[in-house]
Amino acid sequence: MAEPRRLLPLQMSEVSYRINGRTLIDRIDLSIRTGTRTVILGPNGAGKSVLMRLAHGLLEPTGGQIRWNVPEARPREQAMVFQRPVMLRRSARANIEYALKLAGVPAGQRAERAMAALARVGLETIAHNPARVLSGGEQQRLALARAWALEPQVLFLDEPTASLDPGAAREVEAIIDAIHAAGTKIVMSTHNLGQARRLADEILYLQAGRIEESTAAAEFFRQPRSAHAAAFIEGELPWR
Amino acid sequence: MALSLSITRRGLFALIAACSLFVATGVRAEDPYITVASTTSTEQSGLFSHLLPQFTKARGIQVRVVALGTGQALDLARRGDADVVFVHDKAAEQKFLDEGYVVQRHDVMYNDFVLIGPKDDPAKIAGSKDILEALRKIKDSRAAFVSRGDKSGTHAAELRYWKAAGVDLDAAKGPWYRDTGSGMGPALNTAAATGAYILADRGTWLSFKNRRDLHIVVEGDKRLFNQYGVMLVNPAKHPYVKKDAGQAFIDWMISPTGQQVIADYKIDGQQLFFPNAEKP
Amino acid sequence: MPEITQALIAAADLVASGDSKLLAIIVLSLRVSLGAVFIAALIGLPLGAALAVGRFAGQLPLTVVLNAFMGLPPVVVGLFVYLLLSRAGPLGPLGLLFTPAAMVIAQVVLITPIIAALSRQIVADAWHDYAEQLKSLGAGLTQSIRTLLWDTRFSLVTVLLAGLGRALAEVGAVMIVGGNIDGVTRVMTTTIALETSKGDLPLALALGFILIGLVLALNTGAFLIRQTAQRRHG
Ligand SMILES: Nc1ncnc2c1ncn2[C@@H]1O[C@H](COP(=O)(O)OP(=O)(O)OP(=O)(O)O)[C@@H](O)[C@H]1O
Ligand SMILES: [Mg+2]
Repeated sequence: MAEPRRLLPLQMSEVSYRINGRTLIDRIDLSIRTGTRTVILGPNGAGKSVLMRLAHGLLEPTGGQIRWNVPEARPREQAMVFQRPVMLRRSARANIEYALKLAGVPAGQRAERAMAALARVGLETIAHNPARVLSGGEQQRLALARAWALEPQVLFLDEPTASLDPGAAREVEAIIDAIHAAGTKIVMSTHNLGQARRLADEILYLQAGRIEESTAAAEFFRQPRSAHAAAFIEGELPWR
Repeated sequence: MALSLSITRRGLFALIAACSLFVATGVRAEDPYITVASTTSTEQSGLFSHLLPQFTKARGIQVRVVALGTGQALDLARRGDADVVFVHDKAAEQKFLDEGYVVQRHDVMYNDFVLIGPKDDPAKIAGSKDILEALRKIKDSRAAFVSRGDKSGTHAAELRYWKAAGVDLDAAKGPWYRDTGSGMGPALNTAAATGAYILADRGTWLSFKNRRDLHIVVEGDKRLFNQYGVMLVNPAKHPYVKKDAGQAFIDWMISPTGQQVIADYKIDGQQLFFPNAEKP
Repeated sequence: MPEITQALIAAADLVASGDSKLLAIIVLSLRVSLGAVFIAALIGLPLGAALAVGRFAGQLPLTVVLNAFMGLPPVVVGLFVYLLLSRAGPLGPLGLLFTPAAMVIAQVVLITPIIAALSRQIVADAWHDYAEQLKSLGAGLTQSIRTLLWDTRFSLVTVLLAGLGRALAEVGAVMIVGGNIDGVTRVMTTTIALETSKGDLPLALALGFILIGLVLALNTGAFLIRQTAQRRHG
């Protein structure tokens, strides 16, 4: 078997996204490299979701360029889990099989790969339950399993634990860790600073569509360089 | 049970298959048949349900009757959508024959029209034997009158009687003259509901159920006789016309057997139609 | 109103007697209308979904026309199909006039716009939620349409029932193109019209009650299926 082609690094140069006269993303230069877990921080409306949509290829930039290490504009070997994942009206397992089918996985292998993915997130016992009646935490894990089953080189996660209780959030974090350990590049947004500390290797701090900081996580939390980022950390931890 | 009540892919396919089968079983090879364009009054008199089974038994040909007003029935034949025309408007039929839409015309039978009216008889014409005089009185007293107004044979006959009575309808028309543009039955329903006079064929009247206080006020006038004719649609104009089967139907209708069957049809002991085909 | 009691009794009697002629008429009604709904669904569902999802020229006018055509007058459709199928018309050689097939065609013309317009609305609402997820998973246009139709199936059942109800209740079009021929193209509604014109109002009303009962039974069945399925699938 041939060595799989390499998707990363992803280069963004002068990328802007404007809609209805508003600039949501403003001339961003960014390089996303393999290996690390990148966490995007920033206040509500900063443009985190838009930035990830641009990178994932759901939105076309209105200015600048987004370039993968491969020729296509939207290569297959990447996946995204949304802030509010959409489950199809079918069983949990069938949801994963559906994604595998679209990814071109032969019919004979889908069931086995779907069950393996469900087992990795601890959902094998509810494989045949309708996906839409699962709890929020279960749906979030299923969304991760669905993305993971595709064995992407890059996985975008948009606030994957936003509406989960602390226990469920920890479970999801463990899954993200496992996906990373299995060799997938993680790009994730969150508002949970504790989570960012636990998971991030690298922080991108976004404010009003601009990247204000791009630093190693340890350094960021020790001494943020931008005033906005410092205030953001303060605001989140008012007792300090 | 829960499974069978849910929409699964397999369940859906099974349902579609069952429906298709159900729909498809209706499509089958058909017995030979002809299409006869006729009038609502003929159909509603019940004559066809008496007559057609005997013809089918004798000749092995099914007859499909499309019942319309005479005008529409002729139009159907003009477009080639019927094989045989069986109507009762001799003038229109003759014209149709002259125009070449049909190849021949035979008298088959006659029945008669009756003037129907409400019991209180506002025009004071009950029992009269003079249809023209009765119509004049209706007009003079402005008593409510319901007209078919649908270019049917009965409608054409009504207009002829008004003309013969010397009534200029266009000038005399008013709220009392109700042009309904409907078949015999609906027009009778209207007359029954409003207590109006109406010209009807005896067959439809006898089998009509919703009479309320309507009854026959004028009958027996020779001028009320209503001649039925049968015609074969011109195969030279319309190649799809089933010439032989259509001809078989016409021949049977004017044969002594067919004529006897017509004479035998009775409602409440009353003979409705009087065969009068010329000896073939 | 004694007529109504009378008609209800007559309806019960008719059903209880299992009259074979009545049964044949009911079966033909169902056959024609189910056939029409089936064909109209094959056209209308993909068309509605394509209008909801696709971006193409003429989309807006087509949507407006479909919405307007939900209220097509049956008599006009009947006349149109009649002229089409008449021996003197363009499809005359097929010899379909005054057959059940002609009635199916007329009903397809009547209910395809209903099915397309209503399913467009339903699929568009679902598409609003699904678009990003499906695009992210790499679904193309046709794949998206198929997925959306399958995922909205519970609501679409209601759309098909609306079509079936309209088809079963319709009289103007089938009267013209079917000719109301005894034993061949006589369905529930044309029988009701015929009995009304014969002045047999109780019988007409009784047949009307049977028709309503039939539509009610079909809807109850579909409703139960929908309920159970939705409870199970969310
Ligand atoms: N399609 C769109 N049309 C117009 N405005 C949009 C659109 N998508 C996003 N926006 C706006 O762009 C800004 C950034 O949105 P985005 O969703 O990226 O924020 P975010 O950083 O993810 O915020 P949050 O933390 O609340 O999720 C917001 O002000 C939002 O209202
Ligand atoms: Mg967001």
